[in-house]
Amino acid sequence: MPTRKAADAHAVLRGVTRIYPGGTPVHALGPIDLDLAQGEFFSVVGPSGCGKSTLLDVLSGLSPPTEGSVSFEGKTVAGQVPEGIGVVFQEDASLPWLTVRDNVAFGLRHAGTDSAEVDRRVSYAIGFMGLQDFTGAYPSQLSGGMRQRVCIARTLVLQPRLILLDEPFGALDQQTRLLMGDELLRLWRETDATVLLITHALDEAALLSDRVGVMSARPGRFIDLVETSWARERDSRIVSDPAFGTVTGRLWAALRPESMKAIGRPQP
Amino acid sequence: MSRLTFNRFADSLILVVAILAVWVGLHAYAGDSAISAPATTFAFAGRLLVQPSFWTHVAATMEAFALAFAISAAGGVALGLVLGVRRFAGDVAEPILGSLYTIPKVTLYPLMLLVFGLGMSAKVAFGVIHGVIPIMLFTIAAVRNIPPVLLRTARALRLAPVKTATSVLVPAAMPEVVTGLRVGFALTLLGVLIGEMFASQRGLGFLIINGINNHDVRMTTAVTLLVVIFAVAANSLLLAFDRRVHHG
Repeated sequence: MPTRKAADAHAVLRGVTRIYPGGTPVHALGPIDLDLAQGEFFSVVGPSGCGKSTLLDVLSGLSPPTEGSVSFEGKTVAGQVPEGIGVVFQEDASLPWLTVRDNVAFGLRHAGTDSAEVDRRVSYAIGFMGLQDFTGAYPSQLSGGMRQRVCIARTLVLQPRLILLDEPFGALDQQTRLLMGDELLRLWRETDATVLLITHALDEAALLSDRVGVMSARPGRFIDLVETSWARERDSRIVSDPAFGTVTGRLWAALRPESMKAIGRPQP
Repeated sequence: MSRLTFNRFADSLILVVAILAVWVGLHAYAGDSAISAPATTFAFAGRLLVQPSFWTHVAATMEAFALAFAISAAGGVALGLVLGVRRFAGDVAEPILGSLYTIPKVTLYPLMLLVFGLGMSAKVAFGVIHGVIPIMLFTIAAVRNIPPVLLRTARALRLAPVKTATSVLVPAAMPEVVTGLRVGFALTLLGVLIGEMFASQRGLGFLIINGINNHDVRMTTAVTLLVVIFAVAANSLLLAFDRRVHHG
């Protein structure tokens, strides 16, 4: 179900499937067609095990598609993560032997960026993510939410044009998730990046996104694409907007039968 | 002095006092024919420390121990890294290593003597067979316990394979490897001392067994005390390093 014109597209998936080989091959994903517009905030929701994370792996280049093609800024994504794509994982990916500052600078230093530029970008990202009082701390001294901020800052300093987030707030409590969502919106507005967010939380998808893709049970395909029509200047207070309930309700209406299938209780 | 430092100091002091109390109790129970009293032992150890011949024995033990630990550490870490990365080989090797580790090493001693003869080689070999397997097992576990997300992060940050190995794999495995080296350090020292007891004319292990044979209880107790002090001091340094690489 491709939407928006390919000419506007920042990233494009065409006929993408992913089958994990083995004794019993597992058809995890697809076929998927998707056009992500430049500067769009797109979220993906779906039942557990439907292939959401596989979609992110394929789009980022971490995993090759079995069939179909992926392109980013007009170039085929194959075998490795292209320059310009930043990935934030669900799990804590902070490097425990490095301080917050060194964690944030890690990717930049390995990319060969000169030290003055590293200092400038790292200081900005640390300030932006509210980590300025913890620059010398190790990840083990931080809360789960702060460690995830470190990982987001580490991606932010690379100035990605497409940011892929795989349930980055999954392990956080509801209040922290709402606040982190606001931070993410601020980051999105400030960087003008295109964002693809994988989440299991319908309210998170509804309040953050321009569009939400609802995936079927495995093998994951898009069964609905919901446009939210929110203003670009928005934050978590949008949950009190009556339209928010309408969007969330539509998402759940599309998702519920698929979630029932995923737990082995298909609706008649 | 911070509260943490004070607590550590107090805990150490309590431990030392407890050990001395057990020692005094043991001496009172068994008498001078089994173990010398703490004061006598400290005085005898002080006299030993100013005898040049004692330092010849210390040098012999240290030389054998340094060689044995270097071989155990290099071999154990290198083989452990390979077996940790190559999962199938590791799955095959790990239970075999575990079984070998449970064999009482003293039963291998006749074989060691036949292969290496009396002297330095046998002492080093005996130290290595004690130390190398735990270092390997810890290193295998260290590599396998690296969270996969760190390797995915390295790929997402477009790190080359060599950079991934040096900047992610090695530092991520380091805390458990250091713990393995700490355990291997103590066991290698044990192996060298046992080796010296059975097949050497020099070394601290020889002094201990010679003291037993000559019923020189003061010598046996004093050398044992000095070995314990060395082992505890070295282990404390390694433990401090271990804590440092674990980052709290």
